[in-house]
Amino acid sequence: MTFSLILEQVLNGLQSGIMLFLMAAGLTLIFGVMGLINLAHGSLYMVGAFCAAAVAGLTGSFVLGLAAALAGAALAGALIELVVIRRLYARDHLDQVLATFALILIFSEGTRWVFGSFPLYLDVPDALSGPVALPLGIQYPAYRLAIIVVGLVVAAGLFWLIGRTRLGIRIRAGENDREMIAALGVDIGRLYTIVFALGAALAGLAGALVGAIQSVQVGMGEPVLILAFVVIVIGGIGSIKGAFIGALLVGLTDTLGRIFLPELFKLVMEPSAATQAGSALAQIAIYVLMAAVLVWRPTGLFGARA
Amino acid sequence: MSTGQIGGQPPNPRGIFGPKKQGREALLNALVLLGLVIVPLWAVMADEPFTITLVTRAVIFALAAVGLNIALGLGGLVSLGHAVFFGIGGYAMGILAWHAQNYVPLFEWPVLFEGTKSMPVIWAVAVLASALAAFCIGLLSLRTSGVYFIMITLAFGQMFYYFAISWARYGGEDGMSIYVRNGFPGLNTLDPIQFYGLCLAALLLGLLLHARLRRAPFGLALNAARQAPERVRAVGLDPLRLRLLAFTLSGAITGLAGALFADLNRFVSPTMFSWQLSGEFIVFIILGGTARLFGPVVGAVLFVLMEHWLGALTEYWHIGFGALLLLIVLFGQGGVIGLIAGKARAHD
Repeated sequence: MTFSLILEQVLNGLQSGIMLFLMAAGLTLIFGVMGLINLAHGSLYMVGAFCAAAVAGLTGSFVLGLAAALAGAALAGALIELVVIRRLYARDHLDQVLATFALILIFSEGTRWVFGSFPLYLDVPDALSGPVALPLGIQYPAYRLAIIVVGLVVAAGLFWLIGRTRLGIRIRAGENDREMIAALGVDIGRLYTIVFALGAALAGLAGALVGAIQSVQVGMGEPVLILAFVVIVIGGIGSIKGAFIGALLVGLTDTLGRIFLPELFKLVMEPSAATQAGSALAQIAIYVLMAAVLVWRPTGLFGARA
Repeated sequence: MSTGQIGGQPPNPRGIFGPKKQGREALLNALVLLGLVIVPLWAVMADEPFTITLVTRAVIFALAAVGLNIALGLGGLVSLGHAVFFGIGGYAMGILAWHAQNYVPLFEWPVLFEGTKSMPVIWAVAVLASALAAFCIGLLSLRTSGVYFIMITLAFGQMFYYFAISWARYGGEDGMSIYVRNGFPGLNTLDPIQFYGLCLAALLLGLLLHARLRRAPFGLALNAARQAPERVRAVGLDPLRLRLLAFTLSGAITGLAGALFADLNRFVSPTMFSWQLSGEFIVFIILGGTARLFGPVVGAVLFVLMEHWLGALTEYWHIGFGALLLLIVLFGQGGVIGLIAGKARAHD
């Protein structure tokens, strides 16, 4: 266990945390502004990945693939908002869960119908396919580093959008008092569609970026969706800052746990048993973290409301 | 919105068949019960063992959803993690029977225990283990409500799923096969219809329990805690304790269904913990109709029939199923029973 290996794993944890943030930010925005729990957010992640893989496969350009992921996911998001989601704002959470569960079924089987059951592959662009040399003698894949940078830039852009622009003011006002801003002449229906499409685009971007590391397949979105829920529970619903901190915590705990828990157990147990016990505990480490936060602060680290 | 409580189950003063006003619902319930008796008997005569298996599957799913309905229908707790208890019931069966079938003692201290192939013992362990899990998960997740509760139960479900995958001793991702169905004293469980009889009896007991709970003081208090927790607190009851008890009971029943399901397939695997299954349990309740005693039964039967018939037509039947579910949620409040029997009493 060398120092550079530890740093490399910290970077891996950051990378998965930042991708989780892109998912969790959309979910938490949609919940904060519209009061909606959207299980189909994982489907939008999948739509983004499939759009990217299909377009990049056709044109050979990764950048065009990314653009297609953003556009495709935003479009799919706007479409389901207009057709389905908009009828759910006034409903209770049970109806929202069921309707968005139905959307998952439709999206997943629809994608399987169009693309088949076999995974697609999205190639990392040539320019980023090799490793880069970081200080302290660390060799790290350039693509993963690029994802971290892109994720951080998008996160900064999102904070700027929410905190400094007119749209952001409306979004925050919508969180606080939707009747009042409707009375002030803001088209609340359009604002909701924009917020939903924005969240969808973030999910689609994450799907496309991660799709180049893992395979692009039906059902890829739901495990990430559930991790994003863990992030939101830890960070607090409706808080973008909470989503950011929560996502990094979850990403780091998950990645570092998988590497270090088996090693840690080897100090006190025989190696094969230690590997088994350590990796079993690593699988559930983030949920233990969530439970601990729940005991300490039931509304999450940055949650304002119960 | 923020509490996430759902529209409700009224206490039903006439028990399992409801008051006169609900004549059509009562008739429908009676027909469903009659069908659950006649169809398998016909299948025995016509020598169609597969039909019996299909109905058994529906009855077990119905029992799982009846369990969930205590938390969701009576308590207003939208649990998206009930597959946890289904899976624990399944693994209780799998682990006990695996040790017995492979002659590997489960533990040797304080007494030697070699596992068991006896259903009553397996059921007792399944119910106790899933009740314990429900108590612990409830203790943590009932500190919150609304969407938090939904997300947390979903997350705990995923935790058990991944844990089962990494538990190499009991098959990991591949699960465990049990070669011979477990036994029940006095019955030949290898005969499909006799095993079906056991499952149907369990379902009827579950329905009876639910019907009695609705009008018992506990059920009334739970219903009140769903509608007006402050008032319940004001009369000296603790809503958290009521919900925790309901959640524990609910998990125990779903756990029993899990043990039966594992015995039906003679196989357990981590998919019994999957979040899709948790979602489907909720779907059974809604498809049949919320606030209906027989909602979970009608929903589970419909689901299994659609899975069988639509699944034979096209492998993409989930698209049609999703669309149907969407239509029911958006436009058809009250589910299938609602379409046939009219509005539930609470909305009159």
